[in-house]
Amino acid sequence: MKNKIMDMSTLDKRLLKELDDYINSLDGDKQEHLILVLHKAQELFGYLPQNLQLYVARKLNLSSARVNGVVTFYSFFNEEPVGKYRISVCMGTACFVKGADKVLERVQDLLKIQKDRISEDGLFTINDVRCIGACGLAPVLTVNDKVYGKVKPNDVDDIIRYYRGLENENS
Amino acid sequence: MKIASYQELKNWQKKCQNNKNYKINVLVCTGTSCLSSDSQTLVEMLESALESHNLQVEIKVIKTGCFGFCGQGPMIKIEPDEITYVKVKVEDIEDIVENHFLKNTTVKRLLYKEPGQTKLLEKSSEMQFYKKQMRVALRNCGEIDPENIEDYVLNDGYFALAKVLENYSPDEVIKIIKDSGLRGRGGGGFSTGLKWELTRKSPGNEKYLICNADEGDPGAFMDRSILEGDPHSVIEAMIIAGYAIGANNGLIYIRAEYALVTERLRRVITDARKYGLLGKDILGSGFDFDIEIKLGAGAFVCGEETALIRSMEGFRGEPDKKPPFPSQAGFRGKPSNVNNVETFANIPVIILNGAEWFAKIGTKKSKGTKVFSLVGQIRNIGLVEVPMGTTIKEMIYDIGGGHPEEREIKAIQIGGPSGGVITKEYFDTQIDYDSLVEMGAMMGSGGIIVMDEDTDMVQIAKFYLDFIQDESCGKCTPCRIGTKRMYEILERLVNMEGSPEDLNSLRTLGRIIKDTSLCGLGQTSANPVLSTMKYFPEEYEAYAYKTKKTKYSIDPKKCVGCTKCAKACPVECIEGKIREPHIINESECIACGSCYEVCPVNAVIKP
Repeated sequence: MKNKIMDMSTLDKRLLKELDDYINSLDGDKQEHLILVLHKAQELFGYLPQNLQLYVARKLNLSSARVNGVVTFYSFFNEEPVGKYRISVCMGTACFVKGADKVLERVQDLLKIQKDRISEDGLFTINDVRCIGACGLAPVLTVNDKVYGKVKPNDVDDIIRYYRGLENENS
Repeated sequence: MKIASYQELKNWQKKCQNNKNYKINVLVCTGTSCLSSDSQTLVEMLESALESHNLQVEIKVIKTGCFGFCGQGPMIKIEPDEITYVKVKVEDIEDIVENHFLKNTTVKRLLYKEPGQTKLLEKSSEMQFYKKQMRVALRNCGEIDPENIEDYVLNDGYFALAKVLENYSPDEVIKIIKDSGLRGRGGGGFSTGLKWELTRKSPGNEKYLICNADEGDPGAFMDRSILEGDPHSVIEAMIIAGYAIGANNGLIYIRAEYALVTERLRRVITDARKYGLLGKDILGSGFDFDIEIKLGAGAFVCGEETALIRSMEGFRGEPDKKPPFPSQAGFRGKPSNVNNVETFANIPVIILNGAEWFAKIGTKKSKGTKVFSLVGQIRNIGLVEVPMGTTIKEMIYDIGGGHPEEREIKAIQIGGPSGGVITKEYFDTQIDYDSLVEMGAMMGSGGIIVMDEDTDMVQIAKFYLDFIQDESCGKCTPCRIGTKRMYEILERLVNMEGSPEDLNSLRTLGRIIKDTSLCGLGQTSANPVLSTMKYFPEEYEAYAYKTKKTKYSIDPKKCVGCTKCAKACPVECIEGKIREPHIINESECIACGSCYEVCPVNAVIKP
């Protein structure tokens, strides 16, 4: 296990180069920009595996514990891979009052995974998000950037069928 | 082009006026809610339709920030006549172009009607929703193109800054803000002028001015709407504040979830620099100031100022003890002043209209207006700005239009996870800082969630505690472990496995957490539970004594025997003849709620 974390050879060289360039372009105290750097790393790699965290730590001359501490503190950072379609159920109060918990339950049942997990085919991840500010449409569910408003649990079936359909078309 | 004085700004404004040669402006709301209903497509379709009729030289389509009336979105307002169309769909565009622009007739079917009335309202100002509102912080939202600096200047944008740099010393600026009575809009309600003064007086040459845009309350989107709809006003206010406290560096700490807003801010800042409104020697005054954006990464606690500062420094966002206050030792250990977005949005108008003007609005101790997001079981969901002192009744019935299905509203929750509930008996309470605290709630950042008779208050308390559990940073024990234990007790109660003693434990734990937590988040984390326990003890007791009804039933007096419920029931446990009252067999009921959803006469009683 330890070796896997230390092994940075599995990381895409081209993306690492891009990350290096980004870090070099930052002004001032680089350690202060840790959160920005992690944002960039996640944008490039999709998530923050531990070897990538270690890479960032070495690059910024920080301890890996410090970097891992920050990664696990903020909900925006993922240590696990993320599906091609990210289904987010808004759990803001407005959505909750209008039954968002039932919607989330339905998504979990349909995909047979819990929130924050990736489906077996690697297509979907489910998570709950805090208010996205579309309270007029509560309850709200988003798939990547597409917003679905006034969602009833039964609508979830259609939504997932739609994205599965997209995949079948592609293949 | 750099603007180097008040006079040059004035000349520029005149020039902007001359540039405006469109006869008609079509304002399309592209706030988050309308954008989610595809208002971007509306804009594109409008533009291409106008072009195909060769009208693009006379009519300009403007993407604006939030109109506020999200429940009726997407909305389109056509100036100068102010004709407002609601719930506009893609297929309506051709109709609007054809009739409104070519034949000059109003498209009646897209006009707004008050519920239960037949009169069509042409103008937004005639709508009940807007009548009791007063837009100060939101003055430009929905009125201008937020990314167009000329639009902002035309509405007297950057004139407050020019007035300050030309006429006032920093101390005079602070005095104006103090005299206005403006208090922080982010939660605590501390005097803004006093806060500036403290930072100004702190020794040191390097100081920081910070804008807190880490709006994290679930169900609140005020700051986001301001930044989306009128970002320049926040930039202008930050420069003024920087001048007042003696800071040359401004920082905006913004949630990573607000990606679109961040992009917009970046563009707006670049524009302001181009015209010499940010950077070196602003408006030729010799004052230097620039703004940098810092991204958050999804942590509610970072709305607390010491945690926010830690996060900006690249650490876990854990709060620190106070003192030292940020005004003494904040970002990088230097004196720092943190204000929230809405607070800043008020500054330019106060400078332009004077402290006295502002102090006349509101109540004795709470001056000005406050923006609220009004959500939940209410007809007119949206963004609302009212003078302080408006009653809750006016807010939910006059502006909010009451319950969408005319059911009884039993309480509102105000102040987010740190706030509390106010029940219908107290709806005459004025909305201001002190009255709310007296009621056991708080202003918070301004989320109002309306709840009807069907809302289970124990579930609501559990929902908030789940949120706090998730967001507790873990630094201090009362918050980290105390809220966990409270959550477990609530879970036990809700699963009908609790006991009456649990209620005492909840109260005791709540009080201890309140007294011993380190930061504001922890100290207020028990509020949703304590406040619902105070006003709805019977709902807790029903769980604790296991007398809570868990199955649905039908009111035989209301039931008309339409058979809809029996058809909808998935386990076929509803019986009854046509046109006779139906009965639910409670031993078989799975409490799915299907019957409740389909009943046309509200005869089904929710457990």
